[in-house]
Amino acid sequence: MTLRLSEGLLGDIRRHGEGAYPAECCGALAGRVDESGAKEVVRLAPAVNRRTDDPHRYLIVPDDLRRLEAELRLEGLEIVGYYHSHPDHPAVPSGFDTEHAWPWYSYLIVRVERGRGLEAAGWTLDDEQPLMRPESLEVLSEV
Amino acid sequence: MSVTVTIPTPLRSFTGGRDAVELAGETVGEVLDGLLATHGGLKRHLVQEDGRLRNFVNLYLNDTDIRQLDSTDTPVREGDVLTIVPSIAGGRPAVETELPKLSHAEVLRYSRHLLLPEVGVEGQRKLKAARVLTIGAGGLGSPLSLYLAAAGVGTIGIVDFDVVDLTNLQRQIVHGTSTLGRSKLESAKARLTDLNPNLNVEGHEARLSAENALDIIREYDIVVDGTDNFPTRYLVNDACVLLDKPNVYGSIFRFEGQASVFYAREGPCYRCLYSEPPPPGLVPSCAEGGVLGVLPGIIGSIQALETIKLIIGAGDSLIGRLVLFDALKLRFRELKLRKDPDCPICGDNSTIRELIDYEAFCGIGAAPAYQGPEVVVEQLKLELDDKGDDLVLIDVREPHEWEIAHIEGARLIPLGQLPDRIGELDGHAEIVTYCHKGSRSMKALEILRGAGFGKVRSLAGGVDAWASRIEPGMARY
Repeated sequence: MTLRLSEGLLGDIRRHGEGAYPAECCGALAGRVDESGAKEVVRLAPAVNRRTDDPHRYLIVPDDLRRLEAELRLEGLEIVGYYHSHPDHPAVPSGFDTEHAWPWYSYLIVRVERGRGLEAAGWTLDDEQPLMRPESLEVLSEV
Repeated sequence: MSVTVTIPTPLRSFTGGRDAVELAGETVGEVLDGLLATHGGLKRHLVQEDGRLRNFVNLYLNDTDIRQLDSTDTPVREGDVLTIVPSIAGGRPAVETELPKLSHAEVLRYSRHLLLPEVGVEGQRKLKAARVLTIGAGGLGSPLSLYLAAAGVGTIGIVDFDVVDLTNLQRQIVHGTSTLGRSKLESAKARLTDLNPNLNVEGHEARLSAENALDIIREYDIVVDGTDNFPTRYLVNDACVLLDKPNVYGSIFRFEGQASVFYAREGPCYRCLYSEPPPPGLVPSCAEGGVLGVLPGIIGSIQALETIKLIIGAGDSLIGRLVLFDALKLRFRELKLRKDPDCPICGDNSTIRELIDYEAFCGIGAAPAYQGPEVVVEQLKLELDDKGDDLVLIDVREPHEWEIAHIEGARLIPLGQLPDRIGELDGHAEIVTYCHKGSRSMKALEILRGAGFGKVRSLAGGVDAWASRIEPGMARY
């Protein structure tokens, strides 16, 4: 599967991560799925990180998600994945990320090194085993 | 009662794409059981092995979380809607966890550690909590696993698929004469748990490969690389970078050794140092080139030391430094290593996102550079008995190898001298070249053929095959 998003949105994710540093930022990727199964992110839905006890964790609670889903339905969009930042840590899923991952969703991780947003990488849960596989990320430059 | 269960998008592949399923039941639990019975693929994602809901799976009956009601015992009514809502959680790996306590016997056993403020009780508890994976239970794996076990590392994983061979015991001190022929895992486990019965040894009887490396390495905090070949070394490096684990590296050859700690989060990785493997065959293995038995003892001990320092967080680690050791000169040198911003796996624009085919990357399995005619040992024996002196037999090994054993009637011309000594040979004679196992002999063949020799063949399997099939009394090495 492919995840498509614009350069601008990717920049917004980096800035969200930089703003939350040294804690983690999190949010949902709202968009559409085309006939080929590729996901296109239309907008971001920054979420409130409900984990305040540990800066290296994030949590989006179901109540927030239900509200967001209702909101997106009116716009003709759905949640196609989530993003979060890894402060001072590569953009690869941790064991905790994998353990909590849902199938199908895209998980976009952005590395924030000493307060500066760096590389981002997309991941999806493997169909068979508890393992995150890299997802191809198509970054669209804006005109 | 008929209840509608709404299925979130990520789980629809398990319900044939349907966004809702109608099910009957008296309680939430019964409806859920019905759902799992008809759509078994959902089980893994919704419930734990004991059948309870996974803690980031939430069920809403109409608009209320069932945890606020009677959980799965909540009764349902006709027309109710049960919604599966995920909690989305994750985050970078945590550092802090509760450390295990030390028993009185452990306090006594590790008393010399506890006296060091740099280790102390906390450091010792960190060692007990640590999970270290050693790749290989051979020359390097022996001393390092022994010292890690003695130091109180709680869990040592070992990856090896070999059996203990007599040629190992000159340096592989975790094994012994009593375990000859047994698997290295069993042999090492017996010795390590004798040294420290508190130790938990996890054996992985497999060749580390791109298929299993991530699953094995993921379970450990630190990886110690004691491998003797390039494909595995690149594989270990890449898997460690992808999983964000420190890789304590060591390698040995003849009288020289190297050690470093590769940890992409804080410094360079092995690819920053060596972006490309050497051409296959250029660097001989220890089996081909030999190694001084005590050398892995020194390098493996440095690896154990660095592993322990990483665990307890003391001192300056070898991250970003490469130590070179020369045993004959008894000299240590140190090179500063820099992270390569263009490194294909840990650089800013990395291109390697998953494990690759390392045998192919290192050029192994590709067609050999030169393939000439060969003769098997049985055929050579017949021809020697038949033709005797008319057949010229040339040993292209080194003089010290010749001294160990050689075939009666052969002439010694080491491969390196062959181009200069070609004039000594009769271009019309029938020639057979041999070496230890056959690869140098093939190079000799290439040289002779290039010089216009028409009737040359190479002995398949070399003097080793001769010793095993023709002259069983001959020494092997």
